[in-house]
Amino acid sequence: MIAPVNALETGHLNKAFGKLVVADDISLTLPQGARHALIGPNGAGKTTLINLMTGVLPPDSGHVRLDGKEITGLESDVRVKRGLVRTFQINTLFPKLTPLESVLMAVLEREGISGQWIAPLAARRDAIDEAFGLLTQLGLGDDATRPTHDLAYGQQRLLEIALALATKPKVLLLDEPAAGVPKSESAALFEAIAALPADISVLFIEHDMNLVFTFASRITVLVQGRILTEGSPDEIAHDPQVREVYLGGADHG
Amino acid sequence: MDPHLWLKRKGRISPYEVVFWPIVLVLPFWLFPTYLSLSSQIAITALFCISLDLILGYAGIISLGHAAFFGIGAYAAGLLSAHGWGEPLSGLAFAAVVAAFAGWIVSFMIVRVQHLALLMITLGLGFLLVELANSLGSFTGGADGLQGIDTWKLLGVWKFSFWGKTAYAYSLAVLFILFLVCRRIVRSPFGLTLEAIRENPDRTTALGAPNRAHLQKIFTLSAGIAGIAGALLAQTTETVSLESLGFQRSAEIAIMLILGGTGRLYGAILGAIIFMVARDQLAGMNPQYWYFWIGLLLMIVVLFMPRGILGGLERLAALGRRR
Repeated sequence: MIAPVNALETGHLNKAFGKLVVADDISLTLPQGARHALIGPNGAGKTTLINLMTGVLPPDSGHVRLDGKEITGLESDVRVKRGLVRTFQINTLFPKLTPLESVLMAVLEREGISGQWIAPLAARRDAIDEAFGLLTQLGLGDDATRPTHDLAYGQQRLLEIALALATKPKVLLLDEPAAGVPKSESAALFEAIAALPADISVLFIEHDMNLVFTFASRITVLVQGRILTEGSPDEIAHDPQVREVYLGGADHG
Repeated sequence: MDPHLWLKRKGRISPYEVVFWPIVLVLPFWLFPTYLSLSSQIAITALFCISLDLILGYAGIISLGHAAFFGIGAYAAGLLSAHGWGEPLSGLAFAAVVAAFAGWIVSFMIVRVQHLALLMITLGLGFLLVELANSLGSFTGGADGLQGIDTWKLLGVWKFSFWGKTAYAYSLAVLFILFLVCRRIVRSPFGLTLEAIRENPDRTTALGAPNRAHLQKIFTLSAGIAGIAGALLAQTTETVSLESLGFQRSAEIAIMLILGGTGRLYGAILGAIIFMVARDQLAGMNPQYWYFWIGLLLMIVVLFMPRGILGGLERLAALGRRR
């Protein structure tokens, strides 16, 4: 029997800033099509782990594999081209560009024509249709040509996801997609996450337990840079250690 | 709104543009023939200013040493002519290649630094080149300037005369053609990518864009265009001075661009016109104090029109439409 290749895999990742250990021997596997949540108190090192996976930070030791291939030493943008894509906890968008232009830029980069300057932008009809289609799908069609800084916060969160999807990711790392979204706007966001294509493997960091238990089939709990435990939502919900961290510990969840 | 239509509208030619170019063609020839040589200088400076707009306005690379490439182009064309080849168009092409090559070399350094370090490196580059040109006096003419430039007839027909008709027509034509090229660049996929990098380089990386490669490319192109502007000055004035490389020239085009408005190409042209005409008029009235007025103008514009004069006009027009 051949073992199935994992979409994303980290092996014994370590990272410390001076004496502060932010990643302590983290081994995590994400099978094809996974819906995997990463939870833990603030400062547990969740975003750091995403930074280590995407190459924003170099690990002190350990490896990262995408589709079974080593990517530990690759630049961030090269990893994106290979299909490992993230969103950001704090909106990281292009304030003066419109959503249409932003997503179009991502599509053009993926298609390898972002450096082309002979033909005008308007001539790239297929790319424009794709960008607009993606925005419509996420409910941003009506606001596609307004400057991004004019959009409501929840819409900007959706644009984060639209940008990531425009790269056609194999593995998508969502860093607190619902962070700061008011209740009135969260439905659209939940829908968007539910509608992510099944073949994309998703790892998401989230504090909203409602979102975690609705969408995750596996959950990893991270505390102080270490994996405390991993299991199904049911196992995690009844794990006394996890309850200790979330209810009894000094950190708030 | 239809996305295709919206993008097309954004890239279309406005009626103002259709009016602008014939005016700048006709005005100096028929109404102000005594200002033809100033007009050539303005056209050349506008082209230089556009080259800065490509990197500063569109790609977000601040430079206080862009005159380095202007000067390299000027010396390249000047030296070529002084050594016996005065054909103007091939001289421009030669200057463009030399300046672009220099830009490409420098770009490796430029894309690795940001903010203050970027200012220091571009400043340092400018100082370095001035001293280099000065110390190679036997080659460049040093502080006396490069002599012996002889620009041949344009296309073998039009002589560069004292009155400067050919010089202005030539400078304006080159400005217009390269303006169209730059306009193409900024409205292309590449132009959009540059704007995205300017807005948020971390995000473009997270979308798979090789920022450094994109920035190196626009820096090289910009240096080439600055070089062409420098070559135009060398060919039309038949001299090159150390001043063409210097800090003052670098600082002045940055001022012009900020006055006119960055990231819109026409801001560069407008800034050059306002600055050069103001200098000419004010220096005529009161040669010692003209920087006083430029300083005042700069402060007023930056305070009340943070996006430059053209940005301010656009805002006024938008307000007017809403009424």
